[in-house]
Amino acid sequence: MRKVAIYGKGGIGKSTTTQNTVAGLAEMGRKVMVVGCDPKADSTRLLLGGLAQKSVLDTLREEGEDVELDDIRKPGYGKTWCVESGGPEPGVGCAGRGIITSINMLESLGAYEETEGLDYAFYDVLGDVVCGGFAMPIRDGKAEEIYIVCSGEMMAMYAANNICKGIMKFAQSGRVRLGGLICNSRNVDNEKEMIQELAKKIGTQMIYFVPRDNDVQRAEINRKTVIEWKPEAKQADEYRGLARAIDENKMFVIPKPLEIETLEQLLMEYGLMQAA
Amino acid sequence: MLLRHTPKEISERTALTINPAKTCQPIGAMYAALGIHGCLPHSHGSQGCCAYHRSTLTRHYKEPISAATSSFTEGSSVFGGQANLLQAISTIFSVYNPEIIAVHTTCLSETIGDDLPQIMKKSIDEGNTPEGKIVIGASTPSYVGSHVTGFSTMVKTMADMAEPTGKKNGKVNIIPGWVEPCDMEEIKRIAAMIGVDITLFPDTSGVLNSPLSGEYTMFPKGGTTVAELKGCANAIGTLALGEWCSADAARLLDTKHKVPCSILDMPFGLKATDRFINALRTVGGTTVPEEITDERGQLIDFISDMHQYFYHKKVAIVGDPDQLISMAEFLMSIDMCPVYVITGTPGKRFERRIKEITKESPFPVKVKAQGDMFLLHQWIKNDPVDLIIGNTYCKYISRDEDIPLVRWGFPILDRQGHQYFPTVGYKGGIRILEKILSSLLDRTDRDAPEEKFELVF
Repeated sequence: MRKVAIYGKGGIGKSTTTQNTVAGLAEMGRKVMVVGCDPKADSTRLLLGGLAQKSVLDTLREEGEDVELDDIRKPGYGKTWCVESGGPEPGVGCAGRGIITSINMLESLGAYEETEGLDYAFYDVLGDVVCGGFAMPIRDGKAEEIYIVCSGEMMAMYAANNICKGIMKFAQSGRVRLGGLICNSRNVDNEKEMIQELAKKIGTQMIYFVPRDNDVQRAEINRKTVIEWKPEAKQADEYRGLARAIDENKMFVIPKPLEIETLEQLLMEYGLMQAA
Repeated sequence: MLLRHTPKEISERTALTINPAKTCQPIGAMYAALGIHGCLPHSHGSQGCCAYHRSTLTRHYKEPISAATSSFTEGSSVFGGQANLLQAISTIFSVYNPEIIAVHTTCLSETIGDDLPQIMKKSIDEGNTPEGKIVIGASTPSYVGSHVTGFSTMVKTMADMAEPTGKKNGKVNIIPGWVEPCDMEEIKRIAAMIGVDITLFPDTSGVLNSPLSGEYTMFPKGGTTVAELKGCANAIGTLALGEWCSADAARLLDTKHKVPCSILDMPFGLKATDRFINALRTVGGTTVPEEITDERGQLIDFISDMHQYFYHKKVAIVGDPDQLISMAEFLMSIDMCPVYVITGTPGKRFERRIKEITKESPFPVKVKAQGDMFLLHQWIKNDPVDLIIGNTYCKYISRDEDIPLVRWGFPILDRQGHQYFPTVGYKGGIRILEKILSSLLDRTDRDAPEEKFELVF
């Protein structure tokens, strides 16, 4: 089983990209479990056709410690398994601890056992790695491949670089590796070239360039992935492409995060190219 | 040789504390809270914290310590402890019916960001706190400061209960700091002799040194009452004993209610007691009665009679900043020489203050705030002392290095008497000297060759 974690700046489209990619993998016949690690619990909406999921932590709160696997995972599009870690309401408690608790619980309940026949487990993690809890999916023995969703916008690149620092730390003591950057295009000038260059400098690859297409939003309104909503759409093929790229990926590295100056330099170069 | 692995050679340490000279913030907060009459301390965190703090206090004071806990589970750590605390408040008032609940936080509830003021307000709004009952709360994460910080924070929270009536009540607030219940009693006795009407808070006398009557009361008769705490805003002045333990509370009353404060050292030993008596006389506008002058004379008599046995004896002292400052001064004033001074509580001012006090010492003085017992032991291995004054944990060094130990401070887990015989004031000074002298002379007797074994000292 390949264990994959998706990180990236908040609002960059991690959940959307993850679910559409997972749909692509499911279409290819892969058995996938998606674990949403966001207190908002909206990482599986498109696969489940709505926010129908009771989160691990909700279940823990209501049922106590006596929880069974079927209480917390639901079947979604293409025979995927969908799990939401969930978390406290905004402003109270500890969301980081929530992720630790729910991943530990999934493990102890045997969600990752070989008998489950999973090809992939995907962790969709909230925004930045703000504390130890949000790094839980990349601790040793958990996710082994990381993909960072980013765009050509400055803050998204900053965040990607920052996440690389976290990965580097865990990679030194464990098996976690960076599989590449997924560019979720925001139609920034020179975006593809800039992200390719950033990836090169970090020591990885831009594994796929996902163009911007409003079909994604249309599918979201229908609570579906693009592949499910309009299998013949051009964007559906893009996600199939990304799914294939991940499925065939062989490049796993320990990232070399950039110094802030180098990152600024990169932005400057490509930003000025646009001005010229 | 239980500490045989302690090397003589001292190497620079940046991240490691060995045998700390401090403990958790909540222990201090819990002790302070027990000085309120009819108060049930409440630990907002997991059960283990509360159990440890209660048992340490019980082992020192040899009294049952009642305290409640929010009993965090995995779920509470994720969702926040609000539900647990609200339920706890409601249960405590209906089952145990205290006047007041004093909540302190723990590392866990602090780290997940539980907001005590908001939860306490909710407990009033939702009726968990009945009319006329009070819940106060102090933030006491153990990864900041020490048990002294927790004590000080809870005392400050108590001071924050003060409600001005607009009319002075003629009383003087005395904040005694972390001293034994009998010390608090002694301060009240001294104030009464001088004729000053005081509010002492916290006041654990009658709580943690209460008699065995055959009948258990959850809330003993001692402690500062809620009404007295509210009245603190109307006092004519505040004397805070100990910068670390008591100053924050005194300053709060000063800034919030314009009750002028003086920050004094804890009245251990001759000079510090002199300053305390003088401040008390001045703020109360009274004169010092002859009985007090006589007690002072007795202390001076003791010092002069036995001076030869104290003279230039080297002492290592460990404990909390306020106590050590007064003790160092006392030792210097009788020509004993505190050469090693260690506290686990942070504060650069402490080191400066000790250096100032010991600047006339004939021996070099080593002092460290945020130090530990391991370092003290290493110092002693390099250059031994004649006496150690500190808490029970010093017994390991005392035994390994064969140096007499006078138990003084917190915690004392293996001897008795500290909660009954005060060490503050002039009489307390005599008590300290008696213990020091007995230790030194017992050692002299033990080691004397037959021809030098003296009947009379």
